[in-house]
Amino acid sequence: MSDTLNPALATPIDETESGTSLWADAYHRLLKNKMAVFGAVFLTVEVLVCFVGPFISPYGFEEQNLELSLMGPSFAHWMGTDTLGRDLLTRVMHGGRISIGVGFLASLVSVFVGILYGAASGFIGGRTDNIMMRVVDVLYALPFIFLVIILMVYFGRNIFLLFVALGFTQWLTMARIVRGQVISIKEKEFVEAAYSMGISTRSILIKHLIPNCWGPVIVYLTLTVPTVILEEAFLSFLGLGVQAPMASWGTLISNGVEVMEIAPGNLIFPAMALALTLFSLNFLGDGLRDALDPKGAKD
Amino acid sequence: MGIRYLLGRLAVMIPVFFLVVTGVFFMIRFAPGGPFDSEKKVPPQIMKNLEKKYHLDEPLLYQYGRYLKDLARLDLGPSFKHANRTVNEIIGEAFPVSVELGLLALVWALIIGIGAGGLAAIKPNSFWFDYLPMSISIMGICLPTFVIGPLLVLVFGLWFELLPVAGWNSWEDRILPSATLGFAYAAFIARLTRGGLMEIRSMDFVRTARAKGLSEPQILVRHMLRGGMLPVVSFLGPALAGLISGSLVTEMIFNIPGLGRFFIQSALNRDYTVVMGTSLLYFSLIFACNFLVDIAYAVLDPRVRYE
Repeated sequence: MSDTLNPALATPIDETESGTSLWADAYHRLLKNKMAVFGAVFLTVEVLVCFVGPFISPYGFEEQNLELSLMGPSFAHWMGTDTLGRDLLTRVMHGGRISIGVGFLASLVSVFVGILYGAASGFIGGRTDNIMMRVVDVLYALPFIFLVIILMVYFGRNIFLLFVALGFTQWLTMARIVRGQVISIKEKEFVEAAYSMGISTRSILIKHLIPNCWGPVIVYLTLTVPTVILEEAFLSFLGLGVQAPMASWGTLISNGVEVMEIAPGNLIFPAMALALTLFSLNFLGDGLRDALDPKGAKD
Repeated sequence: MGIRYLLGRLAVMIPVFFLVVTGVFFMIRFAPGGPFDSEKKVPPQIMKNLEKKYHLDEPLLYQYGRYLKDLARLDLGPSFKHANRTVNEIIGEAFPVSVELGLLALVWALIIGIGAGGLAAIKPNSFWFDYLPMSISIMGICLPTFVIGPLLVLVFGLWFELLPVAGWNSWEDRILPSATLGFAYAAFIARLTRGGLMEIRSMDFVRTARAKGLSEPQILVRHMLRGGMLPVVSFLGPALAGLISGSLVTEMIFNIPGLGRFFIQSALNRDYTVVMGTSLLYFSLIFACNFLVDIAYAVLDPRVRYE
C-alpha cells in the first residue's frame, strides 16, 4: 500500500531487500502445483455457479411440472428433471449452496473451538496441557458420527444444530495442530520481546501466537471442509440432514437412488457434483500443505 | 512393550464408557417423543400399563440406575418396539451379519489395496501399474459409499443383471455390498502401501539386503513389507471403525438385516433400549479396534515404545 502512495520511500527498500514474504513464496509454490490450481479454479467456478446460477436459471427450485417428470438431459433441462418434474440443474445448484455452506460453516465452528482449546492448552502448558491433551486423545476414540445421528434424530433437523454438531466432530485435530504450533512459538524471541515490553498475556495470545498458527490452520481447514460435506451428505442420505423443501447433494443423491433405473441422471449428476468438489478440495488442501510447509511435503 | 501404558489406557476407557452411557441415556430421554407415540391415540389405561411394563413410569434417575444395574450383568433390556424380544436377542442376530459384511469388505480392501500398492511400488511411474491404479484410487477416496453402492447396483445389478441387488441369503448377495464397503478402503490402503514401501525402499537395510544378493521378491516380502505396512496398520484402527459406520449406509442400500439398520430404525422410532444397546456396542467395538491397533503397531515396529 505505502509504496504506491509514496514511491520515494519505497524504492530504496526495494533495492536493498528483494526477499519475498512467506505468503508470496507459498503462493508461487501453489501455482506450480497443477492439480491444486485446478481444484481452486473448479471450486471458484462452482461456488459462482451455485450462488449466482439459480438467479439466472429460468426454473424455480420448487417449481414442479408433473408432465415433465424424470426426463433425461435436454436443451430445456440440461441435467433433466426429477420425479416431480423439477429442473435438476437448478436443484443441484441449490443443493450445492447448502452442502458447501454447511461444509464451510461447520468447519469454521471446528476451527474456532480447535483454536481456543489448542491455544489454551499449549499456552498454559504443564499439567493443564497434559490433561487437556489426554482428553483429546480419549475423544478421538469416540465415534462422533453416532452421537450426531442420535442428536439429529432427537432434536429435529435444525440446520444450525447441524453446523454445530458437525463442527464439534472435527475440532480435535485442529486443537492438536494449534497446540503444537503455539508450544513451538511461545518460547521464541519475539514473544519474549513482547513480554518485556509489557504487553498483556491476552494480546500476546491474540496478536502474536494465534496469527502464527494460520498456515497449518488454513491447510487443515481445506481438508476439514470436504470431510464435513461428506458427513452432511451421509446424514442427508439417511434422511437426517437438512429438511425438505431444502435439499443438499446428499438428499438429491438419496432421491436419485430411488429412480436411478428410469433416470440415472438423477443419481449421476449430484454424485458428480459432490465427488468433483471433494476431489478439488482435497487437491487444494494437499497443494496448500506443500506450499505452506515445504519441509513436510510428501512424495 | 509398555504393559503399564496399555493398562493405563484401558483404565481411562472405563470412565469414558460410563460417560457415554450416561450421555446417550439422558440425551434420548430428554428428547421429545416416546416409543409409544403413534398416530392413533392410545387409551390412557393401556398407555399406563405399557409404561408400567417397561418401567417408564418411574423417576428418570431410578430408570437410569436400573439400566446401569442391568448393563453390569450385560442385560440390555427388552425392546420397546419389537414385542417379546430382548435387545440382546436382536443384537445376537444382527451383529454377526454386520461383522461378516465388515470382514468381507476388509478382505477386499486388503487384497486389492496391498496388491495394487505393492505393484505400484515395484514399478513406480509406469502407466499400467502406478498411474492408472493410483488415479482410480483417488476416485475411490472421493466417492462416498452411498454413491458407489447405487452405481454398482445400477451397473452390475440393473444394466448387466449379473448380481442380485438386495438381500443377504446366497453368496452372490454378499459381493456387491462388501465391494461397496471395501472400495474406498482398498483405495486408501493402496496409497498408503505405495507410500510406505517407497519410503522404505531407500533405507540402508534394504540396500544391504540387495547388496548381499537377495532377489527383489525376497527383499519385498522379508524386509520391506513389515516396515512398509506400518502406515496401513495405523490406518486399520480408523478403518475398522469406518467399516462399522459405513455399514450403516451399505445395509440401508442393500437391505441387509445388520446392526446398522437396527440402529437407524430404532433411533427413528425411539426404541430407547435398542438405540442404547447398539450404540454401546459400536462404542466398545471402536475402543477395542483402536486398542488392538496400538498393540499391533508396537509389535510390528521395534522403534515404537509406549511409556
